[in-house]
Amino acid sequence: MDIELAKEDEAFRAEVRKFIAENLTRELSDKITVGASAERSVLRGWQKFLHKRGWIAVNWPTEYGGTGWTAMQKFIFNEEMALANAPRLSPFGLSMVGPVIYTFGNEDQKKQHLSGILSGDTAWCQGYSEPGSGSDLASLKTKAVRVGDDYIVNGQKIWTSYAHEADWIFCLVRTDETVKQQAGITFLLIDMKTPGIEVKPIISIDGLHHLNEVFFTDVKVPVTNRIGEENKGWTYAKFLLVNERTGIAGVPESKRSIVRIKELARKERLGDGGALVDDPAFRHKLSEIEIKLMGLEFTNLRILADAAAGPSSSTLKIVGTEVQQSLAELAVEAVAFYAQPFQKEQLLGTSNESPVGPDYGVATASAYNFGRAASIYGGSNEIQRNVIAKAVLGL
Amino acid sequence: MEFGLSEDQRLLQDGVGRFLEEQSPLEKVREAADSNDFVPRGLWDGIRELGVPGILVPEDFGGMGLGFLDAAIINEMMGRHVAPVPFVGTSVMAPIALTLAGSEAQKQNWLPQIASGDAIVGVGVTERIGVRENAGVIANNGKLTGKALFVIDWSKADVYIVADRDNCLHLVAPDAAGLSSHVLNTIDKTRSVGELVFDNVEAEPLPGANVNIVARMIDAGRIMLAADTLGAGQMMIEKAVIYAGERKQFGRVIGSFQAVKHLCAEMTAALEPCRSLVWYAGHAMDEVPDDASLMACHAKSHLSEVGRFVARTSTEVHGGMGFTDLLGLHYWFKRIGLDRQLLGGPEQVRLEAARLQGWAA
Ligand SMILES: Cc1cc2nc3c(=O)[nH]c(=O)nc-3n(C[C@H](O)[C@H](O)[C@H](O)COP(=O)(O)OP(=O)(O)OC[C@H]3O[C@@H](n4cnc5c(N)ncnc54)[C@H](O)[C@@H]3O)c2cc1C
Ligand SMILES: Cc1cc2nc3c(=O)[nH]c(=O)nc-3n(C[C@H](O)[C@H](O)[C@H](O)COP(=O)(O)OP(=O)(O)OC[C@H]3O[C@@H](n4cnc5c(N)ncnc54)[C@H](O)[C@@H]3O)c2cc1C
Repeated sequence: MDIELAKEDEAFRAEVRKFIAENLTRELSDKITVGASAERSVLRGWQKFLHKRGWIAVNWPTEYGGTGWTAMQKFIFNEEMALANAPRLSPFGLSMVGPVIYTFGNEDQKKQHLSGILSGDTAWCQGYSEPGSGSDLASLKTKAVRVGDDYIVNGQKIWTSYAHEADWIFCLVRTDETVKQQAGITFLLIDMKTPGIEVKPIISIDGLHHLNEVFFTDVKVPVTNRIGEENKGWTYAKFLLVNERTGIAGVPESKRSIVRIKELARKERLGDGGALVDDPAFRHKLSEIEIKLMGLEFTNLRILADAAAGPSSSTLKIVGTEVQQSLAELAVEAVAFYAQPFQKEQLLGTSNESPVGPDYGVATASAYNFGRAASIYGGSNEIQRNVIAKAVLGL
Repeated sequence: MEFGLSEDQRLLQDGVGRFLEEQSPLEKVREAADSNDFVPRGLWDGIRELGVPGILVPEDFGGMGLGFLDAAIINEMMGRHVAPVPFVGTSVMAPIALTLAGSEAQKQNWLPQIASGDAIVGVGVTERIGVRENAGVIANNGKLTGKALFVIDWSKADVYIVADRDNCLHLVAPDAAGLSSHVLNTIDKTRSVGELVFDNVEAEPLPGANVNIVARMIDAGRIMLAADTLGAGQMMIEKAVIYAGERKQFGRVIGSFQAVKHLCAEMTAALEPCRSLVWYAGHAMDEVPDDASLMACHAKSHLSEVGRFVARTSTEVHGGMGFTDLLGLHYWFKRIGLDRQLLGGPEQVRLEAARLQGWAA
């Protein structure tokens, strides 16, 4: 174990900072500071900068456009991006389906899809969950029947985040009903423009549109859009879930939240006029979360150094989402009264007026409310505990 | 000592609860919330017929002349059904102000109107709890200047009662010259909060006002908000239990998994003791004055924490459904969220509790 930063790493950090200083506009970082969601076009612009620099796919192998960075470089990069309030890129292509395609896809599929994922020109969404199949994902029923060179897909997905903005969806479908559930699932890539796909919005707790239902009626999908073998989809799906859960842990984002909460605690006043940072109870809570996060961060470094040494992705998911949720709670506590106004235009970034209360207060309650979902998506935390009990502890 | 509700109190609570269940189902709540209607006509008329607005108004002025425990158990029902009607400001804090500090004429004028539900009263006392940047109201030669934030029951108010920096209370007409008034949309769309900005505004002082009366208004308001959270939390538990008994995964209802059972059991174990805390706080307001302020603080801060735990746990049990507008669980979630912050968040309230016990300066 060597925790000193080497000279090259210091130089690398300087290089990242320089890039950020030159490319991350105030428009972008301000939006993230306020907590509002950046517009899609703005996000794409940011992805383009990173792509041009060759810094888009931090964890991908170099042959597919990855960075080839050391564990330490990845860590430094993620940290600098988070601390500078760089927008978080959509994970569906870069962290989820991209690695599935370069690991299990054929050459044509790699050619067709990887460059669009890297450039951000193609937006993806995840078609796993169904109304009857949430925690029990393997029971999924959306059916694909082979007819010549196509699959004909019928069924419904639900909770599909950003399906309304996606060009492609990666989908788990049932191709065999006669075998054990896990052994009859196939992984398909489906163009969202294919006839027979209908997307219906689900409005969520924050009053905004992130989620959807996606209906498939006789949707024709070329067999060439299948990843790997028929009925082997569960293997690829699980590979993806491990990446998804590790991503959901969101260590860099939580580090950013801590910085943000510290800043606002310097500005916020207590009832008697003192600064919130000077309140021992507040500091105590913040420290406890910060320590938990530090443990998680070092664990991530350990995994980067030696994947085999790390705990399961389930542990990362549980701890990471707990940290996120307690930070969101603490932010609401810190902003207190001004967390409560609901300002939709401010949240969407479409208002020209100044917000009610301080600008950093605008999204705190919505972030807390919607953030409760982190213990549900990617497999609920109860399910992750079941996984640990069974797979890690043998109970 | 009899630690429980009387037969009359039980009947009162059941009556209001049944009325709200029938007349204010989720579709009605949603309708009111979507149209920013915080005093929906039909519902408010029914509340008036039940005599609820006059619960604390002395009988001489046309009210029921009941106590704070009675008001608390009614507010519990309001929280349970996320009722989009005025209560804490109009029916609890305003009658305290008028009864204790009003002149005979002021009482004669306002209390009967409050009791009958003809008058809605917005109450602005937040600055007496903790001053936010450039908020606070100053009285000068009978005219008010400054800003009152988070005025409770702001919408459609016929009059406002506002506390100034010296703990004097003032009646302010909504159309008074120099007064500007804004709605403050909060995450909770079932209750109305607003902001008042005063620029040399004509106001009518309540002659008997003093710091103790303002404190009593705040104590009572806090107990009501705690009761609101109690009712909303209870409903969230019931909804989680029902959902757990219906939703199937892995070929069985999710309520058959011990992890889910324990989530429900933990919520119950956390909330049930709160009922006694809220009841005692209400009782203390009427009968044990020395305990009242401290109990109000305890009820408010503890229910805030337990309420948050219940809100998030019930949401967890609902899986993805818990996040949808369609299911509407979020109305309860957000009601509990606003209860937490109105009239002082738990951090602030605990500090006050420490002071009341001589532990903090
Ligand atoms: C904001 C959000 C975004 C999402 N985005 C996507 C997306 O883009 N694509 C996609 O495919 N899906 C997405 N999902 C779906 C998500 O993966 C599911 O919601 C999740 O897997 C839970 O399924 P469910 O909602 O059906 O809940 P259920 O499975 O019905 O679970 C309800 C409750 O029961 C518990 N439970 C269930 N089974 C067990 C058990 N065996 N033991 C103990 N407890 C159990 C759960 O933990 C939960 O508390 C999203 C969900 C949310 C909330
Ligand atoms: C200090 C002390 C004093 C005691 N005094 C007395 C006494 O005076 N008289 C007397 O008769 N007994 C006494 N007991 C015994 C006590 O009642 C038992 O220890 C207790 O009932 C648990 O039984 P166990 O120790 O066999 O643990 P187990 O029943 O084996 O339980 C072990 C663990 O499994 C959990 N567990 C078991 N079943 C379930 C389930 N279905 N679901 C979820 N979790 C489960 C338990 O919660 C526990 O964490 C005493 C125990 C202690 C520690």
